[in-house]
Amino acid sequence: MTELSGWGRYPRHETELISAGTPAAIPSLLAERTGLIARGRGRAYGDAAIGDQTTLGSCQLNRMRSFDPVSGRLTVEAGVQLADILAVFVPRGFFPPVVPGTKFVTVGGMIAADVHGKNHHRVGGFGNHVEEMTLALPSGETVVCSRSRNTELFEATVGGMGLTGVIVEATFCLRPIETGWMRQHTVVAGNLDEAISALSASASASYSVAWIDCLALGPSLGRSLIYAAEHASVRHVESLRPGAELFPSSRRGRVSVPIDLPPFALGRVSVSAFNELYFRAGVITSGYPFLVPWDPYFFPLDGIGDWNRIYGRRGFVQYQCVIPISAARSTLGEILERITRVGTGSFLAVLKQLGPSSGLLSFPREGYTLALDLPVSRDVLQLLNELDEIVVAAGGRLYLAKDARQSPETFMAGYPHLARFQDLRRALGADGHLVSKLSARLNI
Amino acid sequence: MQVQKSVLIVGGTSDIGRATALAYAQAGWRVLLAARNEDAARRNADDIAIRAEGNVSVHLLDILETTGFSAFVDSLPVLPDTVVCVVGELGDQAQAQVDLSHATLVLRTNFEGPALLLGLFAERFAARGSGTLVGVSSVAGDRGRASNYVYGSAKAGFTAFLSGLRNRLAPAGIKVVTTKPGFVRTRMTAGMKLPLVLTAEPDEVARAIIAAAELKGRDVVYVRGIWWMVMTIICGIPERIFKRLRI
Ligand SMILES: Cc1cc2nc3c(=O)[nH]c(=O)nc-3n(C[C@H](O)[C@H](O)[C@H](O)COP(=O)(O)OP(=O)(O)OC[C@H]3O[C@@H](n4cnc5c(N)ncnc54)[C@H](O)[C@@H]3O)c2cc1C
Ligand SMILES: NC(=O)c1ccc[n+]([C@@H]2O[C@H](COP(=O)([O-])OP(=O)(O)OC[C@H]3O[C@@H](n4cnc5c(N)ncnc54)[C@H](OP(=O)(O)O)[C@@H]3O)[C@@H](O)[C@H]2O)c1
Repeated sequence: MTELSGWGRYPRHETELISAGTPAAIPSLLAERTGLIARGRGRAYGDAAIGDQTTLGSCQLNRMRSFDPVSGRLTVEAGVQLADILAVFVPRGFFPPVVPGTKFVTVGGMIAADVHGKNHHRVGGFGNHVEEMTLALPSGETVVCSRSRNTELFEATVGGMGLTGVIVEATFCLRPIETGWMRQHTVVAGNLDEAISALSASASASYSVAWIDCLALGPSLGRSLIYAAEHASVRHVESLRPGAELFPSSRRGRVSVPIDLPPFALGRVSVSAFNELYFRAGVITSGYPFLVPWDPYFFPLDGIGDWNRIYGRRGFVQYQCVIPISAARSTLGEILERITRVGTGSFLAVLKQLGPSSGLLSFPREGYTLALDLPVSRDVLQLLNELDEIVVAAGGRLYLAKDARQSPETFMAGYPHLARFQDLRRALGADGHLVSKLSARLNI
Repeated sequence: MQVQKSVLIVGGTSDIGRATALAYAQAGWRVLLAARNEDAARRNADDIAIRAEGNVSVHLLDILETTGFSAFVDSLPVLPDTVVCVVGELGDQAQAQVDLSHATLVLRTNFEGPALLLGLFAERFAARGSGTLVGVSSVAGDRGRASNYVYGSAKAGFTAFLSGLRNRLAPAGIKVVTTKPGFVRTRMTAGMKLPLVLTAEPDEVARAIIAAAELKGRDVVYVRGIWWMVMTIICGIPERIFKRLRI
């Protein structure tokens, strides 16, 4: 037995941990056990990648299977890491269609959570770009599914959090890029209203995201920096950074947080000072497009290894909800205000615009999504229960890949296709067989 | 135009073999993977070909079928510039103590097969007047211990064989490198509790092999320097005391 947790280090559970050495080994591993779930790099924050009895590690399924440089079509085993794909293909002028905020995730995890990037409003989630995948079912059978083959299984597996089967292989297309630089444009928003307007005004940008200073109070509640960006062309790099390498390499020399900091290290004063600095640095560059390498633009936190430890042993939760457009301004304002009032100091607050949904249990839907990290405590958990009511009343929902604590009722209210998903699980023999701590908690 | 160099990795399905093959491919070498399991080798070959945009082929070989070695060498599309042998079998010490066929398997897989194959390549290299041989042996061969002496003695034999080969062929300009990786996080050690500072990743071993064989020309390499110290101490303990220790 091994103690496992997600990225938030809360909750922790004992589980048997096994590992699939080859794709061929998966069916028998599945047939021999129940209460099992697949795990990638464990970057889901809560309990999604912890098996009720057994957790099946997929990191050895890390072979690339085929690549066509003309179309950009790539087939990989599900345990291949996004970081590897970037390291191999960015220098050759290709970029994944969708990337989340960290590159230390697996392709299996990206499909199972139907991850969204800063371009969801333009291109949808990662699942939207998967052409085909091979899935090992609880029955021991292995099937190929796509939008035209085993369609329902495909739609349930995208965003299905590993609950329909173990993804073995997947095919998707990389898109061509001219350089590894991003042309970034920063807009300053004095409050939440302005931030939402700025995001919607930059909807034509390929990528956009707002970083909220969630300690700004009163009239500047929601004060933020909006980063909109495009992949830079060769011409842009030549004019803005003459002589620069067209494909800057992935950052090296990661700093790690070696020990658990005490809980007070993130008190109001230190976070507030951090946010003030961050905000000022942004204001200075505001208005001028400038070039940033792809790595820090998409993965600013990957530069600090193990940053999840700064919240200490008790761990933290990330609260990520999506609110439909019509209710977004008032609801997000209320949520932000409730959190700033408690003043537990969220290190991270990110606001993004999302487009239409794809998989049966995919998190994204048209609206605005807000994500913030909070250290675990009784008060915080109580506050989040209250925020859940606000989210549900506004017709919103919470992201399963971030969740560690919502109630089955909150979950059910937000996911209208749940019954269809459960029917399919019964038909597959997956209920009782593929079970994570998350699915057990939410009766999925 | 410079001709592309080629390397044969014997044991192309192992984690260390895979990492070594990838490192050579990334350095622009043509890679030949030899293995007994074709599908597994193909899986690695395809992956390496994509990652390194390289030329990787698969060649069937069972290290226990020693009579087929000559034909195997003749069947290769080129006589490689470098041959790296990573084949090995840890086996089960307790079983090897009572089951002669298991002990035989461990001895032959770690010593007889690799030694005969590299010996054969040595002849071809000597005839050509160039070539590099790399044998992956083990610190377990530095001194026999209760916990793994069947495996350890086979590795000791392999180490001695490589040493002799090096001694004989150095004047002819044939390089022979002995690698002793210490603990490596691979399929072989999966599930064992390994001490962090003493444990290398497969790509660390791969880099050490290339550095020794192609760049620096070292003869015997412990992948992590600390192993040299550990083994020097272990080998320095008088037998009278050593025989009572459990390490
Ligand atoms: C710093 C940070 C930033 C992030 N930013 C974003 C973001 O911008 N957008 C976003 O959408 N997400 C984001 N995430 C969340 C993350 O992208 C997802 O949780 C992703 O699923 C993690 O991938 P993983 O390989 O670590 O999977 P895990 O965390 O190990 O697993 C996640 C889920 O996928 C399932 N799964 C994994 N592999 C397989 C498989 N082979 N077959 C079937 N099911 C499988 C698991 O069962 C589990 O339900 C972020 C996370 C972090 C830590
Ligand atoms: N891991 C460590 O801590 C460690 C430490 C010191 C030394 N080493 C040595 O490093 C080398 C590689 O080991 P590893 O850790 O990467 O383990 P591994 O994955 O178990 O590698 C063993 C390799 O030997 C091959 N092999 C075994 N018998 C064979 C046969 N009859 N014919 C052809 N190939 C055969 C295996 O092929 P299949 O895939 O077909 O089984 C596999 O490729 C070994 O020599 C080992 O002794 C390892």
